[in-house]
Amino acid sequence: MPVKVKIPVPLQRLTGGKEEVEGNPGTVISLIQSLDQKYPGLAERISEGGKLRRFVNIYVNEEDVRFKNNEETQVMDGDEVSIVPAIAGGI
Amino acid sequence: MGFVRGLKCRECGREYSVDPIYVCEFCFGPLEVVYDYDGIKGVLTREKILSRPQNLWRYRELLPIDGEPTCGLNSGFTPLVRADKLGAYLGMKNLYIKDDTVTHPTLSFKDRVVAVALSKAREFGFDTVACASTGNLAHSVSAHGASGGFKRFIFIPSTLEKSKIIASLVYEPNLIAVDGNYDDVNRLCSEVANKYKWAFVNINIRPFYAEGSKTQGYEIVEQLGWHTPDAVVVPSASGSLLTKIWKSFKEMKEVGLVNDVNTKVFSAQATGCSPIVAAIKAGVDVIKPVKPNTIAKSLAIGNPADGYYATQVVKESGGFGADVSDSEIIDAIKLLARTEGIFGETAGGVTLASAIQLIESGHIDRDAVTVLCITGNGLKTKEAIAGHTGEPYHINPNMKSFEEALAKINTK
Repeated sequence: MPVKVKIPVPLQRLTGGKEEVEGNPGTVISLIQSLDQKYPGLAERISEGGKLRRFVNIYVNEEDVRFKNNEETQVMDGDEVSIVPAIAGGI
Repeated sequence: MGFVRGLKCRECGREYSVDPIYVCEFCFGPLEVVYDYDGIKGVLTREKILSRPQNLWRYRELLPIDGEPTCGLNSGFTPLVRADKLGAYLGMKNLYIKDDTVTHPTLSFKDRVVAVALSKAREFGFDTVACASTGNLAHSVSAHGASGGFKRFIFIPSTLEKSKIIASLVYEPNLIAVDGNYDDVNRLCSEVANKYKWAFVNINIRPFYAEGSKTQGYEIVEQLGWHTPDAVVVPSASGSLLTKIWKSFKEMKEVGLVNDVNTKVFSAQATGCSPIVAAIKAGVDVIKPVKPNTIAKSLAIGNPADGYYATQVVKESGGFGADVSDSEIIDAIKLLARTEGIFGETAGGVTLASAIQLIESGHIDRDAVTVLCITGNGLKTKEAIAGHTGEPYHINPNMKSFEEALAKINTK
């Protein structure tokens, strides 16, 4: 079972309008880089020099990767990964 | 009639036309409204502002709408209270409270941002408005949306105080209580916003919504006689209000409404959720998200979207940050109430308690013209201080019983 990756609207132009795509297990950053093979441009939108960009939140099974191992967080078969732009709110 | 030139990415500078979009497609940076300040200069004068009704739209040229405002026509222009009794207690000579506990119609500063967001949503042609909220925003979208004739979807963390839930339900929105914290609610909402074409005020309307916060800053300056304060203490959750107050001061200088901006900006957070202040104190600009644990639920955002920019404003202005415990928050709520007669919500307690720390540590000068931003009404978070107030004197309905109680009171 592959990794399910939810694609936010600002990136759906790169995925041909798909809201969800499939990727390979590994680290978060390797997942992003492998998705870039299929959807060129995706990696540079959300990462820079192997690090996630400041305004990108990535969740693995609803847990923010910054509470885990950041871009080195392991993603397993069947995991669900969400890419979410930072959101305003509160004060 | 509008002076908006477009949207621009705060990170990479790419420009976009005015649409309900909120992140840069190239780097995911937040989009910000760009104005024609040269055009505003000379058109928006002190005299023109003073001639207009006392609501937040008196600064409309600096707000991101094209036509006439349609929401929040009674919002804003809250009192700037000269806090002499509190000032005397703290040894401060020029202390002021920006009292957004009385903002129309839902008693928090969120009425400012929602007024702008819904006016803009109508210009975009949306019939449904939505938000993710810790409470105050839910009330404001529910209320402004009701009077504005919008369908409303409001997403809240299910752990919110009961009184805050009721204060949304009374306006009959579709209220969705999510089992999770505010960050979980936000993440879900960003997915919902992907699928449904609604005006999510803090997602796809965010660049416009956030601009409404500037009106608190404009008012402070106007109410200080067209001077910026020396110090301003701002409660921080996402960090948005802090960055927008700073922006408002700089814009007023840009368009010629004030001559100088020499304000130090201070961030106030609860220790149980202080990712911004932690970064300020550590002297770094990387925000490490936290799992919130504080009674100040309106500040319980562990993953602050504008945290980075808030640290930059604090640094640029020469300010600092403070974080305070739950018991300091409660004590400060009571202090504000008994000295100035203002009942602030928990975020207000955070602001005052943080200010006390900053005054005692010498970060805020005792002569400085200092403004504390009290952003919401304590009647919304009564649970937070339940058990920490005094008790009534119970008596029988006769004079003897009353005079016994009076004797006790007089010997206190």
